[in-house]
Order: sequence, then structure tokens, then C-alpha cells
Amino acid sequence: MPSVLVSTTINGDAVEYACPQDETLLDSLRDRVGLTGVKEGCGTGDCGACSITLDGRLVCSCLVLGVEANGREITTVEGLSDGDKLHPLQEKFIEHAALQCGICTPGFLIAAKALLDRNPNPTVEEIRYGLAGNLCRCTGYDKIVRAVQAAAKQMRKK
Amino acid sequence: MPQDTSYTHQKFNVIGTRPKRPDGIDKVTGRAKFGADTSAPGQLVGLILRSPHAHATIRKIDTSKAERLKGVKAVLTSADLPDLTDGDRAMLDILENCMARGRALYDGHAVAAVAAIDAQTAKKALKLIKVDYKVLPHVTDVDEAIKPGAPIIQDWVFTAGVEPKPKRPSNISQRTEFGHGDVEAGFAEADVIVERSYKTEQTHQGYIEPHACLASVRPDGSGELWVTTQGHFTFRNICSSLLGMDVAKLKVTASEIGGGFGGKTHVWMEPVALALSRKANRPVKLVMSRDEVFRATGPTCSTSVDVKIGAKKDGTITAATAELRYQNGAFPNIWGMLGAMTSFACYDLKNVKSIGYDILCNRPKVAAYRAPSAPMAAFGVESTMDLVAAEIGMDPVDFRIKNAAKEGTLASYGPTYGPIGIGPTLEAVKNHPHMRARLGKNQGRGMACGFWFNFGGQTCTDLNIGIDGTVTLTVGTVDVGGSRASLSLIAAEELGIPYDQVITNIADTASLGFNDMTEGSRGTFSSGMAAIFAARNAIEVLRKRAAQMWEIPVEAVVWEKGEAKAMGKKHGNLPQLSLKEIAAKAPNTGGPIAGHSEVVADNAGVSFASHICDVEVDPETGATKVIRYTVIQDAGKAIHPDYVEGQFQGGAVQGIGWALNEEYIYGEDGRLQNAGFLDYRMPVCSDIPFIDTQILEIPNPNHPYGVRGVGETSIVPPLAAIGNAVSNAVGVRLSHVPMSPPRILKALVEASGS
Repeated sequence: MPSVLVSTTINGDAVEYACPQDETLLDSLRDRVGLTGVKEGCGTGDCGACSITLDGRLVCSCLVLGVEANGREITTVEGLSDGDKLHPLQEKFIEHAALQCGICTPGFLIAAKALLDRNPNPTVEEIRYGLAGNLCRCTGYDKIVRAVQAAAKQMRKK
Repeated sequence: MPQDTSYTHQKFNVIGTRPKRPDGIDKVTGRAKFGADTSAPGQLVGLILRSPHAHATIRKIDTSKAERLKGVKAVLTSADLPDLTDGDRAMLDILENCMARGRALYDGHAVAAVAAIDAQTAKKALKLIKVDYKVLPHVTDVDEAIKPGAPIIQDWVFTAGVEPKPKRPSNISQRTEFGHGDVEAGFAEADVIVERSYKTEQTHQGYIEPHACLASVRPDGSGELWVTTQGHFTFRNICSSLLGMDVAKLKVTASEIGGGFGGKTHVWMEPVALALSRKANRPVKLVMSRDEVFRATGPTCSTSVDVKIGAKKDGTITAATAELRYQNGAFPNIWGMLGAMTSFACYDLKNVKSIGYDILCNRPKVAAYRAPSAPMAAFGVESTMDLVAAEIGMDPVDFRIKNAAKEGTLASYGPTYGPIGIGPTLEAVKNHPHMRARLGKNQGRGMACGFWFNFGGQTCTDLNIGIDGTVTLTVGTVDVGGSRASLSLIAAEELGIPYDQVITNIADTASLGFNDMTEGSRGTFSSGMAAIFAARNAIEVLRKRAAQMWEIPVEAVVWEKGEAKAMGKKHGNLPQLSLKEIAAKAPNTGGPIAGHSEVVADNAGVSFASHICDVEVDPETGATKVIRYTVIQDAGKAIHPDYVEGQFQGGAVQGIGWALNEEYIYGEDGRLQNAGFLDYRMPVCSDIPFIDTQILEIPNPNHPYGVRGVGETSIVPPLAAIGNAVSNAVGVRLSHVPMSPPRILKALVEASGS
């Protein structure tokens, strides 16, 4: 199957890559662009470790084809911080010990950012349902929810 | 999140604080490199072909078409992995589990592997491999496997631990027995006897990162392996032994690990990756799919357990017995033995007996899963404890307090306890506000206790002081959940310097002596102990250097709060020398300043927990929601309380998933039907409430700071705590885990007789 040239914007930068037509965007991002912060936990859209935003919408990159990113804007965990300044979610995840092994963390951060972008003041229940597409096996979610609450609070002050 | 430090008498400076972990930034920015996140020039993609049959003879494997496919660089079968184990059956089992040798023993058993230039080619090549199977009868249920006429999984297995030695092979690989006293006499004294049988289904550790490695073997026989593992030194020893390599010529580097919970203490495909690389003479990256993780890497046991407890009306237990049948998968292990050892460990019993059976089935090789074997035994025992308490009309917490083990108790599995925390955790349950929270309609409350041994093991650690006075602590235990922060705290405490002056690194196998794996809750316990000794050795050097700088005898120098202080009338007026000042002079006072430590960190200190759980059961659907959950555990001294709480919470939620939903479902054909996260449903954020925690710090007398293992005990009580809560909510005793909606509905229907 011949490869297709894809022109896309990733974390604000213009990026081109060539990928086979049946390759997932997850594999394109990891293996062709080198963005290994996007993780594969299942490859079937069940764990959320590969979460990115595509034109602002939260998606599992394992359920999108690499060729579908042509002409679109992607944000991955590598694009969350502003230069050397961490995003409040990143800061609060560290501060609240919201990660143990850290493999699910990139997906959680992207999903939490997508949640706070549309709902800056979520209830605990809204946080829990907003993050229900992401699996974490280490933390029992307690400190993740608290970190998102703390980040939301800080972001509302700005 | 209260933390009761009243038991700990030592005063600490930084221990017990909650600083940011050193690997935090890398993990929130995507920079951290996990198993699948590294690459090598010219690397190939490895893939494994797996048996679709639960039990089959492999008559022939034809790889010729795959070998001829353009872009395929190596095709591998067991013929490429000669048996070098020299009669070591356990090692041969590991090799055979990595690659089938003439027979497939479970659905998902590896039968061949390929390495090709890209994933597309490797996938095509797998399809071109033709395997000629002769399908054999199979068995996947633990009770079916020991019935007469059940297919025998391993014809070389004869039940160990029975006299006379059996003449015929059996699926029972061993029988083990623990206990003391006279249980028959004890039951004769009882006013009440409750006898019940329980089943628990097989669950997976469910780490989010699939197994992944990058193997590179050179033509001279040396090699490197980058791998997600809980123990890279053990992986090195096993892989080099199976492949006939010299231990020193295989360098294994542990990647960041995306969860393990015991599942990454075993090699599953790493020897195959190395063998593929050796055959292709190229680096090979091998990453499992989630389907492969479920089908071919070790879940925990499914079990079948009988418990009998007798007690007097005043609540004294007079006798207790348990018979525990643990399904080990296709290869023998000691899981039933561990179940038998842990079953009654919480209690002070005069007459007690537990018998463990390890049983083979056509399922994947069972691996350790967080306090392996203890949760299932606790489910049976703690459910029965509630039933006995109800029979004699006693509060279940009071009943447990009356029988709780204490210092000096002869444990059912042999040793006599030192200072332990089961009593204090139960008292804390009694006093916890959770016990007074009001319950609504269809809601119930349950509690249960749990025990885990904890493990110490071989540990080797280096502590090096840099020219600017910053400290590098080099350890060989993989950091699975924040241990670098804890170990930096320990070194900082001992040296008397700030936390951020110490950086902890995990060394590869070429850079440090052997370390046992991060298992048995030993990471912070054992590497912490070694870090203390290494720091003390470094302090000896620092004192000598200070003495040299001052030109006074070393005996006149003490180390206090991160500084050398000269003692005595003669020298007392000398200004103190900080670690930084001494480090700056190191090139002229004898060279690098370092401390080392090699220890077998024995006496990890047993651990106990008591959990309280409230559930709401929907009587229409049988669906259960956990509405309130509290973990109370003796942690010994909590080094970094955030990560202690995290262990409590994570273990509890794994237990909740196990109790309510998670299970391996096998079809009549012996194939796993739910090898994915959609159908093997682990708890998600919206399923779970906040998990309240209470840390008790009953110091372990065998550790300089009183540390005990922390990570595992939290998964032991949940099955029973939830079982007791559900049973109290619906008024029917649940005895089969997971208590999924269909099982609860069935129990309700049976109880109502309709």
C-alpha cells in the first residue's frame, strides 16, 4: 500500500509525514513524528492513553487514521506546557501525586484539559464522568480528581 | 487523609513530608521513556504467533513461506531455543511458556515469532506461518481440573506433599499444610460452627502499559535489552541463562514502567526478542498488543475455597480450617501455598489448619498480582468471620478485635509476631466516622481485614557526592510509583541535607550489583535501608575528609545536620564544615566521596489493613455501586505519605474491580472471550468514590526508620469487605467473586424462591 503525504499542525508547528493508508494516527505520531508521549494501552479506544485533541476535539488517536490528520490541528501532551511553564494541570498532577507509574498521565492531562476548556468549573461528578474514558490502574482516581479540581480552581483565578 | 504518627517515636526532618517527585516533569510532559518509547538504528519489528487452541499437540510448523516474504529477517520457533536449562524444570517452564515446545497449553501460547522491517510485513509474515495442530481435550475450571478423567496438563507433574508419592501424574502439583493445635478438639468446644464454600474468578493486573522491549544482540554474543520490568537484574539472569549468554555480557536497562503489580516480575517474550535479534543480527522491538497481554501474560489465580470457623458464644474462636484450591495456569507454582499461609494470619488462634492445593489448568501461566493469593483466601475467611459474628450475635468489628493477632501471637503460618498493627487498625475502624455514616435504602456496610508478608531481599546501592555537594543515589530497584522521591527523602534525612539536593537514579545492570525485583512491597523498604547504610558509609568518609581539612583526629569529628562539627575543648571553636564545603575540596583530600551498601534486607515487617465499605445495590439490575470506602493500614513509618495513600487507594480500587466486575471468561472451546478492556471492564473514574485513607505508623523494629512494606496489603480486604457490604445490603450471602449484576440477581432470585 503506497504511503500518503500528510500535512498537519501539531502543537502549533507545521509538520509533514508520510504514512501507509491503514496506519493509525497513534502510530504516525509515535513512529513517524517521534511524539512518544502519546501512549498505546489497548489500540481499541478503551483506555484513553492515546488521547489527543484533533481540531480541539478529544479523540483516541488509535481510532483515527494517520491520513485523516491532513489539514487539521493536533494537540498532544508535548504541547500542553507554555515554553518552560507547565500547564496548571501538569503542575497540579505533580503537586497532588496524581500519578504513580505515569503511563496514563498524558491521556488524562489531555482529557482533563478538554473538559476544563468546555467546563471551567466542573463538579466532582462532572470530572469523574469527563475522565471516564481514561483508565488508570495505579491511583484509584482519587488524587487525579483532586488535581483536576485544584487546577480548575487555579485556572479560574486567571 | 489522617495520618496517625503517635506510634512512631523517632523525630525526622524531611521523612514524612510530601515533596514533588523528581520524575514528575518528565511524566506530565511526555518525555518519560517507557518500554515502547525507544528505538535503535535499523531496528526490526517483532511479532508473535499464538495458539488459538487451549490444548493441542503441535505436529508441524511450516515457516518457509514467511521466510521467503520480502522484508522478513528472521522467523523463530522453539527449534531456535534449545533447552540449556540442565534439568532445571522451573527454568524450562519459563522457556516453554515463552515459546511452545511441541504442545500448546493455553489459548494465546506463543508458537512462533517473526522479525521484519515494518509492522505491515511482520503481520503478513505471521499469516504465512502454517501450524499443524492436533487439538486435545482441555480444562479451564479449577474444580473440574481435579475431577477423575480431567485432561492431564503436565504428564511430569506428580502431586508433591502427599504420602505415599503418587504413581500417576496429576493436575494437583502440590499440597501444602499450615497451622497448629487440634482443630477437631477446637470444633468440639465451639457453640457455633459455620462452614461455607467460595469461588473467585481470574483477574488480570491490568497495567496500562503492555509488555514491550527492544533487544539487540551482537555477533560476538553480547547484547542489550531495554525493557519494561519490575526487575531488570532478574530479567538479565533469566534471559542470559535461557539463551546461553554470559551474565555480564547482557546489559539490561529498565525503562520507566507503566504499571506492573506483579505482572512484570516474569519474563514473557523478552528471551524471544533477544533470540530474534540474534538470528536477524539486528535490533528487534517487540511490543505486545492488549489482546496478547490478556491471553498470554499472567493473570492471578481463579480459586475455590472452603472455610470452617467455630466459636464460643463469647466470641472466642475455638478452631478454624480452610482448604484452598488455586488455579496456577499451565505451569506449577506456589500460589495455593501462599493462600494457605495468609488465610488466618490476622488472628490469634489456638487451633488452626489451612491446606493449599496448586492446580494446573489450560490457562496462561499465573503471575504474582499484588499480595498474590491473599485476597481470595481473605474473601473466604472474612466472609465466614461475618457469618460467625452474626450467628453469635456479636458486632463483626468486636468479634475481630477479640480474636486479633498481637505481638507474641503464634501465626497460623509459623512465625511468632513482633509488634503488629491488626489490633490498632480494627480499633481505628471502630472509631472512624465512616462507621457512623447513615445508610439509605438498598445500601449496606461491610468491613474486612487483610494481611501480607512483605519481602526484603538482595539490594545494592551507591551514593556519590558531587563536587558541588549534590548527591546521586543510585539504586537497582525499579520505581513503580514514586520510590525515587521516597529514596531521595531517606538519603537527605540521613545526610542532613535538603530533599532537592539528592537525585535518585535507577541503574542498569552494568552499573550496579544485583538487586532483587521491585516486588513484595520491597522497593522503598529495602532500597531505603541500603540508602541509609550507604549514606552512613559516606558520612564516615566525610568525617575523615573534614578531619583532614582541619588536621585533627577523625574521632573528634561528628556529623550533625548536614555538617561536620569538631568536638572537644581543643577543636570546638572550629567553624563547622558543610557537606558542600567538604565536597568542594574532595579532589585534594583523597578523591571522590561515596558510600556503598550491599545488604539482604530481611525482616520486611508484616502488614495489616482493615477496610470499610458502603455499597448500594440496585435490586432491579443487581448492579452495585461503591458509595463510601475507607482504608486503614499500618504502614510502619510513612516516608512520603502521598505515595503511601496512593498505594492504599490504588490497591483498594483494584480490589473493587475484582470484587464487582473483572473476570476472565472462557468459552466451551477453552478460548478467552474477553481479552480487551471493553469486555474486561476495570473500574473507571465515574465508578469510584473518593477513597479515604488512614495511615497508622507502627514501626518495624527491623528497619532503622521503622519502615514496613506498604504497596500490597491494600488489595487483600476489598473482596471480602465488598462481599460483606453487598450481603448486608441485599440480605443474601454472596460467595462468588466477582459479584457482577447477573450473579447478584441470581442470588436474589434463588433467595426469594421465585
